[in-house]
Parts: sequence; C-alpha cells; structure tokens
Amino acid sequence: MIIDINFIGLIIASIMASAVPLILASCGELITERSGVLNLGVEGMMIIGAISGFALMTVTGSLIIAVFGAMLAGVLISTIFAFLTQTLITNHVATGLALTIFGIGISAMIGKNFVGIPGKEFPVLFEGLKDTIPLLGPILFGHSIVFYFAFALPFITSYFLKKTKIGLIVRAVGDSPESASNQGINVKLVRYACILYGGAMSGLAGAYLSMIYTPQWIENMTGGRGWIALALVVFSTWNPIKILIGAMIFGGLTIIQFHMQAIGVRIPVQFLTALPYIVTIIVLVVISRDSRKIRLSTPSSLGKSFHKDN
Amino acid sequence: MHKFLIRSFVSSLVLLFTLTVAAVAKDVKAAFVYIGPTGDHGWTYQHDVGRKAVEAAGFKTTYVEGVPESADAERVLRQLANSGHDVIFTTSFGYMNPTNKVAKEFPNVKFEHATGYKREHPNVSTYAARFYEGRTILGTIAGTMTKSNIIGYVASFPIPEVIRGINSFTLAAQKVNPNIKTKIVWAFTWYDPGKEAEAAKALIDQGADVIAQHTDSTAIVQMAEKAGVYAFGQASDMDKFAPKAVLTSVENNWGPYYVDRVKAVANGTWSQKDTWHGIGDGMVVISDLDSQMPADLRSKVKKLQADLASGKVHSFTGPIYDQKGNLMVAEGKTADDGMLAGMMTYVKGVEGDIPK
Repeated sequence: MIIDINFIGLIIASIMASAVPLILASCGELITERSGVLNLGVEGMMIIGAISGFALMTVTGSLIIAVFGAMLAGVLISTIFAFLTQTLITNHVATGLALTIFGIGISAMIGKNFVGIPGKEFPVLFEGLKDTIPLLGPILFGHSIVFYFAFALPFITSYFLKKTKIGLIVRAVGDSPESASNQGINVKLVRYACILYGGAMSGLAGAYLSMIYTPQWIENMTGGRGWIALALVVFSTWNPIKILIGAMIFGGLTIIQFHMQAIGVRIPVQFLTALPYIVTIIVLVVISRDSRKIRLSTPSSLGKSFHKDN
Repeated sequence: MHKFLIRSFVSSLVLLFTLTVAAVAKDVKAAFVYIGPTGDHGWTYQHDVGRKAVEAAGFKTTYVEGVPESADAERVLRQLANSGHDVIFTTSFGYMNPTNKVAKEFPNVKFEHATGYKREHPNVSTYAARFYEGRTILGTIAGTMTKSNIIGYVASFPIPEVIRGINSFTLAAQKVNPNIKTKIVWAFTWYDPGKEAEAAKALIDQGADVIAQHTDSTAIVQMAEKAGVYAFGQASDMDKFAPKAVLTSVENNWGPYYVDRVKAVANGTWSQKDTWHGIGDGMVVISDLDSQMPADLRSKVKKLQADLASGKVHSFTGPIYDQKGNLMVAEGKTADDGMLAGMMTYVKGVEGDIPK
C-alpha cells in the first residue's frame, strides 16, 4: 500500500476528532477532582448533554442555543450531585453512580420523541484552507469550534491550576479543606463551582457527540466514553496535558486498529479491539511514574466529604 | 315483515359473532422482550414497530426493553408468563435457552423466539428473516456503483448471521463486477455510533466508495454522506439521515408475522412452527431505490427482487468456493438451510480472516 502523506493527515484528523469528547469531559472532571470531589456521574452528565443539545437543536433550530443549552443541562444535573454531596454530605461514589443511572434513564425518556430525526450540519471553520498545506491541512483546518476549544482546554486548564489565584484555591480545597477553610475560603462554594464546571464540560462533550460527531439521537449513544474520561483523569495523575496525550492514544488506537483490519493485518481482531485500553493505561502509567509528582498532583482529600463543624 | 325479521336476526348474529371475536381478541395479551432500547432506530426499534402493529390489530401488548441475555432474561420471562400473557416474543438470539427453560414451566403460554433454532417444547416456535436475500440486492448495487472497486463492510460479531450476509453480499457484487474487493472491519459492537462512524471513516480513507453495514446505528450512513460515498440503510429506511449516500435500505418487517401469530393464539390455531421468511413473504423489505442509480440498474434490481421473492434466484447458487478454493456449493446447486444456518467460512473474494 502506498502511504500518501495526506492519508496520514486524514488519519490524524480522525484521531483528534474522536479524542474531543474525552478531552472535554476529562478536563472538566479534573477540575472537580482537584477540588476534592469524586464525581462518577460523568457518563450520566454526558448523555444528558447529548440529548439536551440534540433536542434543543431540533426544537429551536439554533446551534448556539443547543450548545449552551447542553452545557446548562450538564450544570443542572451536576447541581443535584453538588447539593447531595456538599449540602447533604452524601457519599461521593454512591451519589455519582446514581447520577449516571439517572442520566441514562432520563435521557432515554426525553429522547423518545427524538429518535429517527436526522441532525443538522454543524458549521466548520477554515474549510477552504484544508488543501493548502500537505499533511497539516486536514489536521489544522475544517473543524468545528468545539474541536478547537477542546484542544486549547488542557493548556488553559494547566495554566489555570498552576498560575491563577483561583486555581490555587481549588487545589488548596482539594488537598486540605480544613486548612483552606481556616484561611477563610468557602470550601463548599468552591466545590459547588467545580462540580458545576465539570457538569458543563461533560454536557459539552455529550453535545459534541450528538450534534457534531454523529449527529443523531439514540439511547446510550455515549457508549461508555464517560467512564473512559474518568479513567483518563486518574491515569494521567490529574495532569491536563497527560489527559490530552491519553485521549489521543486512546482515540488513535481505536482508529488505527480499524485501519489495520481494513488493510488485512493478521492480528487477532479481539486483541486489536482491546489495544486502546491496554496501551493507554500502560503509557500513562509509564509517563506518570514519578511518585513525588503523583503525590503533588493527587488531591489528598479526593472523595472525602467535608463538614465544617462549628 | 318476514324479511325484516330475518335480516335483523342475521345482522344480530353477525354482530354477536363480531363481538365475541372482538372479546376473545381483546383477551389475548402479547409480551415482547427486547435486547436493546426501543429508541435504537435499528433492531429493537423494528421489533417495536411490529408490536405496534399487533396493538393496532386490537390486542393488548406489553414490552420490556434492555433485557440482558442472562439469568435476568429468565426472571423477566417468568414474570411475564405469570402475569397473564398468552404469547411472549423473545427477540434476540441469546434468549434461546431462557425461552425454552421458562416454556417448560408454562405449557399454556406460547413462546416465540427470534433467530434461534431450539424448540424443545411444543409451545416454543422460532422465527427469523432471510436478510441475506436483501444483501444480495445490496451487493448487486455496490458492485455496479463502485468506481474504486473497493467496497467497505462494517461488521458486528463473527456469527453465522453476519458471515452469511458478508458472503451473500460479496457473491452478488462479484457477479456484476469480478474486480471488486470487500474489505471487512469488525467493530465488535451492534450499536455504538461513535465506533461505527470511526470504522466507516477508516474504510473510506482506504479508498472504499461504497459502505455496507451490519451494525445498527445511522452513524455509518451519515459518515458516508459527509465523505461523499454511497451506503445502505440497515434494519429501517435510513434515507432521511443521508439522502445522497443511501442508495436503498434493507428493512426488517416483523409486523405481519406478529399479527398473524397473535391472531392464531386468539383463534386457538397456534401450533409450533419454524419460520424463516425472506423477501417473498415480506419479512425482508427493500426500500425505494435512489434515483442516482442508473435506470437499467434499477430495473435489474427490481427483477432480481422479484426473482428472489419467487424463488427463481437463490442468493447462494453454485459454484461457490471458500477462501482456500474448496468447493462449498456445486454448480447448479443451492445452499440448503442447514448450511446457511451454520455458515462460518468466507467465500472466495472476501479479504482477511474471520475473527476466532
């Protein structure tokens, strides 16, 4: 087979497109977890975002309303989680799991009327520049605005956590809510905000799936991507840049294994299908094996409820 | 006066009869067990369309969706049988053993199992559709419409149903165009729009200009639309999702069979049966042919459709060779149902190996 340089560009572009929902949801969850809250409801928030985006697009016809509406839906459903875990001090793990089950159920219920309706075309940027540069053209141009946002997000997140005052506050709350509270920081408020932000990003990830990646609504269409996003956060040791790497490897292997099948590489297909999961974990474990750094970036009070007693 | 009396007597008899039939009909309750959500717009969706036809015919129906093919299925079946259902349709292959097991416990309830082969008790029937006949038509269209001579095929799981489809499709495509290659990609899912789209994209990037699918979502035809290649709808008419890409769809039409069987229960004429219906009986339906296809191809397809329906043409007519060149079906012979039901080898011309 002749390896055409533009062919490689096309493959990389599809890998990036498949990584978008993972990056969005992971970066959102990362902020939530950095504030010390473990929200296992990513899959549920994502699917709520997917149905909300699709439903609003169909009903209002406006893509802007749909995208922001999906984020708002993510915020609303994560508010339930925030209220339960922060105000009523429920267990993070159990509440998160319940959120996922709730999200899948309610999205199916709302979605009943939207099955079998074709989606709308989502506008792409710089379509004309695609053929101007070999290899880089299809990688850089002709994508949706959400795509570009997703690839900027890990860097923004990294800068936010390291260089901004609010970022430091979030980390302080995640590491030692007691000390942060003694410093006069409103721990609950910070955690509420971080949970809601995580909800918004999961909602956006869902909307990307139902409006841009595969424009349609069908039940369970997130297909477990929320769980993969959760795993990426942990295996990247709460580092947004490593999330980007992990999401690219995962998306990359999923797509490359299809190409290997189509070319006719004689490797058992089951092994190829399992490859993305295995390799992503191995790579992330290997690049994050510095235990000092892990200790620094792991939010020490992750998943522990904080109850200010006075 | 006499005439009037007779007339009213007759009409009241007719009325009484209709009422009795209606009353009997109303009493029969049918239940449906689904593997997926009714909102999948594919396999389960089409079964639910069939259920609605039963409902429209005046019967009460119940359904349970998303039932795993495990001990859960048994529990659901037992509960449905216990709660006064007269006939239960179990619409996935994996319900085969639970269906037979529960059927033994409830000899008065009729069980109808889709795509299986076990009928261990007199109250179990099986039914399936000859989708491969539809794929013969798709193969004929694909072989004619391709310019790159590379046809992509997104497959789900390596089971006889899927292998049979790939073979029937490839044989038909080769017949009209000996130079074609069928590239198979196994997605190992029935239903994951993201993954299906990625698989289709990989095939398109590798030069396939016609994409066939044996997975359930509309993601593949949409990807084909975006890339400007042709595709075929699966299970239901997918034309509105990709008006330019979709040349036709193979639809699963369970309604008439379901209505028939529920009526048989109501009339007391139900008996054990093994049904395998194709285009001829209307269980497999070919959607409208797209006008992008040249007129002579369209008329050829129409004729092929009629010949498949009448039995004049069989999808697996010899000589058929497997990948290694061994004779599978001799010249002039057709593959029998036993061979079709257990088909686990590729025919010549399909690339790659069947995943084990």
